[in-house]
Amino acid sequence: MSQEIIAHLANRIVTEILKQPKKTIAPTDKLISSGLIDSFSLVDLSLMVEDDYGVHIDDTELNADTFDTLEQLASLIEARQ
Amino acid sequence: MTTFPERLKQAYETQPDFTILTLLHAGQEDLSLTYRDLIEGSVGYASTYASLGIQPGEVVILILEHGRDLVFAFWGAILHGAIPAIMPFLTEKLLPERYRADLAALVAVTQPAAIVTYPEFEVEIRPALKPDDSVRHVILSTLVDAPHKPDFASLGGFNRHANQTVLLQHSSGTTGLQKGVALSHQAVFNQLGNLRKALQQTENDVLVSWLPLYHDMGLIAGFLLPILSGIHLVLMSPFDWVRAPYRLLQAVSKYRGTLTWLPNFAYYFCAQKIRDRQLEGVDLSSWRAVINCSEPVRDDGQHAFAEKFAPYGFHKEALSVSYAMAENVFAVTQTPMGAPLILDEIDREALQTQNLAIPAIDGKASVRMVSCGPAIPNVELRIVNPENETLPDRSIGEVAVRSNCMLNEYYHRPDATEKLMIPGGWYLTGDFGYLVAGELYITGRKKDLIIVGGKNIYPQDLEILAMEVEGVHPGRVSAFGVFDESKGTEDVVIVAEVESEDSAEREKIEENIRAVITRGSAVALRNVYLVGPGWMVKTSSGKNARLANRDKYLKESGDSATI
Repeated sequence: MSQEIIAHLANRIVTEILKQPKKTIAPTDKLISSGLIDSFSLVDLSLMVEDDYGVHIDDTELNADTFDTLEQLASLIEARQ
Repeated sequence: MTTFPERLKQAYETQPDFTILTLLHAGQEDLSLTYRDLIEGSVGYASTYASLGIQPGEVVILILEHGRDLVFAFWGAILHGAIPAIMPFLTEKLLPERYRADLAALVAVTQPAAIVTYPEFEVEIRPALKPDDSVRHVILSTLVDAPHKPDFASLGGFNRHANQTVLLQHSSGTTGLQKGVALSHQAVFNQLGNLRKALQQTENDVLVSWLPLYHDMGLIAGFLLPILSGIHLVLMSPFDWVRAPYRLLQAVSKYRGTLTWLPNFAYYFCAQKIRDRQLEGVDLSSWRAVINCSEPVRDDGQHAFAEKFAPYGFHKEALSVSYAMAENVFAVTQTPMGAPLILDEIDREALQTQNLAIPAIDGKASVRMVSCGPAIPNVELRIVNPENETLPDRSIGEVAVRSNCMLNEYYHRPDATEKLMIPGGWYLTGDFGYLVAGELYITGRKKDLIIVGGKNIYPQDLEILAMEVEGVHPGRVSAFGVFDESKGTEDVVIVAEVESEDSAEREKIEENIRAVITRGSAVALRNVYLVGPGWMVKTSSGKNARLANRDKYLKESGDSATI
């Protein structure tokens, strides 16, 4: 399940947020602290998670302390489902 | 003629219990401050500056995030007579070394006597300082005197004169930080007086803002205007807004906000990223002016905004536009309150080839322009040609401004200050536009400056970074902005010359350019476009022809952006 979430979100992030469809993101790549997903796109990421998995991530949680990698994000989603 | 300290003293004596500022922090209780709280907290900073030997007239750099410390440190500097300059805080994205290089550049030009920051941030900035530079103290926010009652007679700020510099305003990046706009008390008060009339401002207004205070729109409109005019300011953090734009609308509803300034992209951002469930119970009927300012204005984002929020009581007459710049303290023009936006559909070909804004012709391509309104009181406008001769209506030329609220100088930059004015006391803005019956329309920029989400980005800063990447031909990099219609703002593109034909190596170069730009400037690139030798357009004197490179890029890359 977790692998599916990671693959799905990785795909949406590279196509819709980064607009670099050829890019690959590893499950342990840092998304937030590296600046890969900039602050203007964090809200998109939280809306994606909410729309696709029905999991709410509060805006106060949109930082590297809550999750920084796809792996961490996937476990957060699973824990809240 | 009055000064900021005199104004604060008057407020302290006549309306100490008036709630002048409410600070919002996501996940925390709102913090409301009366004039008494604001001034007594600031006096704590003022006495600290005095005890450390900071002299009135010396510059103090504030490196603090949204919150009470920033507010007190700023007004404390004013009460002490020191000149505050707010530097953006380090973000996660930006490399600390890059940030320190920018800070060192700021220190070298501005010659500050002190820097104020948090104890945990001291370690980040110390390495930027040298033993022989001007900074005598790094003042930690935790070691500042507690708030206390003012002894106005002893405060250094009361010996300052209205025409002396009260604060510095910088734009971002290495280049921007080296050119501080120095504003006098009088110029700021004149601007606020002019704007008060244009906005039909009353003491019942409530200003709601998320704009950062290191930005001129945030500092002047979103901070000084309310506090000096005595209207309630509800201030949220840009950090919170960008993660949860709905909080702005909740704040307007909760505090019955009437006035807000937004950069153009923010209308799109709010319309696209706020969900109805986040607006339960929100009432926007008090919002009388939401003013689009600080980047090129498009009407579609404003309409999307009005439509999206109409069910929550938003009146579309509240949509408003202003053209502003730090050199004029702030606003140059302002559309009349409550009036619908004025649109001007003009012929695209005449705009591009003849510098004329003629009304659109049926069946021919056109461009829809949005009026920025007429000049505010005590500000004059002209459109001039390169010989500085006034052009008639609908002729496109450079916008020239003359007013009672111009800057004093570019701080410690006599070279730049000398070039400021043309004969007659007119300032050339570097923006192109045209007038129709006193209404100003902006069509473009003379400078290669890029404006991303209202923030000025200097292309040369980005080019220097990209040239560090191995495999990129030194001197053959061009950075420019292209307009993204869906976001309502500019995106940045880098064109770089490389010799390698190997696709794996080219991918690596592209990746490295993206990384170095992100970490070195906090700009997320739209595209890195690698070209071979001979592609790059140069001017006749061999300089980077960014705008020509942009046109060539848009023609051949298939990028859907526009100019």
